[in-house]
Amino acid sequence: MIATDIPSLPRGVRLHFDKVRDTWVLLAPERAITLDQIGHAILTEVDGRRSFGEITQALSDKYNAPVEQITEDSSGFLTALRDRRFLDVTQ
Amino acid sequence: MTIPAPIAMLAELTHRCPLSCPYCSNPVELARQDSELDTETWVRVFDEAARLGVLQLHLSGGEPASRRDLVPLVQAARDAGLYTNLITSGIGLTERRLKELDEAGLDHIQLSLQGTTPEMADEIGGYNGGYKRKMQVAEWIGQIGFPLTLNAVLHRRNLHQLPRAIEMAQEMGARRIEVATVQFHGWALKNLDTLMPTREQAREATRIVAESRAALKGRLVIDYVPADYHDDYPKRCMGGWGSTGLNVAPDGQVLPCHAAQSIPHLEFETVRDKPLDEIWYNSAAFNAYRGTDWMQEPCKSCERKMVDFGGCRCQAMAIVGDPAATDPVCIKSPHHGALQTKADTHASNTEAPLVYRTMPGKKEVEPTS
Repeated sequence: MIATDIPSLPRGVRLHFDKVRDTWVLLAPERAITLDQIGHAILTEVDGRRSFGEITQALSDKYNAPVEQITEDSSGFLTALRDRRFLDVTQ
Repeated sequence: MTIPAPIAMLAELTHRCPLSCPYCSNPVELARQDSELDTETWVRVFDEAARLGVLQLHLSGGEPASRRDLVPLVQAARDAGLYTNLITSGIGLTERRLKELDEAGLDHIQLSLQGTTPEMADEIGGYNGGYKRKMQVAEWIGQIGFPLTLNAVLHRRNLHQLPRAIEMAQEMGARRIEVATVQFHGWALKNLDTLMPTREQAREATRIVAESRAALKGRLVIDYVPADYHDDYPKRCMGGWGSTGLNVAPDGQVLPCHAAQSIPHLEFETVRDKPLDEIWYNSAAFNAYRGTDWMQEPCKSCERKMVDFGGCRCQAMAIVGDPAATDPVCIKSPHHGALQTKADTHASNTEAPLVYRTMPGKKEVEPTS
């Protein structure tokens, strides 16, 4: 992921709060992925409008954490989702 | 042992289907239309499923589009908070009905593929014009924008079409293709001779899948169900019995897997009599093969017992005659060698005709060529 990439959740992929297991999950075609707090925090920032650079900066401000660390964590997470077609990326 | 809540439910809305595929996973004893659950009961079951912890609902059959109430059922499932997946051959879906499903909130469609040419697909499905209709439905699915998985069912007759199936998935705009080699349950057991892949075909499919995965990374996801008789280790069937998924048959019986009725000593409870959570946690059928306590040797002391849970109980039943035996696909099973020989024997029989699935009281399907 590069700073100008704009990530978005494609149709059929959505966040869902699993009341039974008391956790956030990402629902996708025939899959349900349990999200940890970091994964959930990243995906709530993905709105299809802001770039990856803007998102990592926002997370860095919000959680008072170094932007480099956030960028590294988010990039790995979002790239893995993209490889599974659970995330679209436009420039 | 703590019993986890199920993640997925397969709702077999009906056993009716316009196709007659010779590998149909439905039981050989099909449920008649007059025994099917009504709309109201399914709606209650969806609600119970969501409260039990089910996230993914697979609406299947038979052909789920054969249910006239498919649209309100999808609506009810979404209202219950379930992710809704329609598993269909496409036959019975019109453009208007697809738009209604879209409005009802259908999340995803899994479209089956019987072959990549009209000749192959219509012969395997036993339904003339089925391929052409399916291509039309795929186009409507793309226009509406439903996320799509193409489910290519492969066996000795059509495994050579795998590269074309992968191309077709891309042309249809599918995000995923499931390359599903026929598993021998239900009607497929009547067609071992016609459908069993050769060892070479099984190897070639594995090679094509690996190559295509690398080439199409990030564009098309390929899920692969290999030909299991030729493998050395069994599949982790259902992710472990009674651990992640359940199946509701058209008449309301709740099964740990779609073939579980082939295990004669099991008795199944029905959603007509009991709530789903009670059946999931307490029924004898679900507890029969949960965890590892039921295992015999070589499973009992095997380091892989938590990896594959001894494989498929229905396959152990069908081949060894004991549902608690090690799946004979496993290289550690005393029956492994015999199964490999059996697979090769079936794969080399080129004479046997296809035996099509038939509904009770319906005329048998004649091969189209």
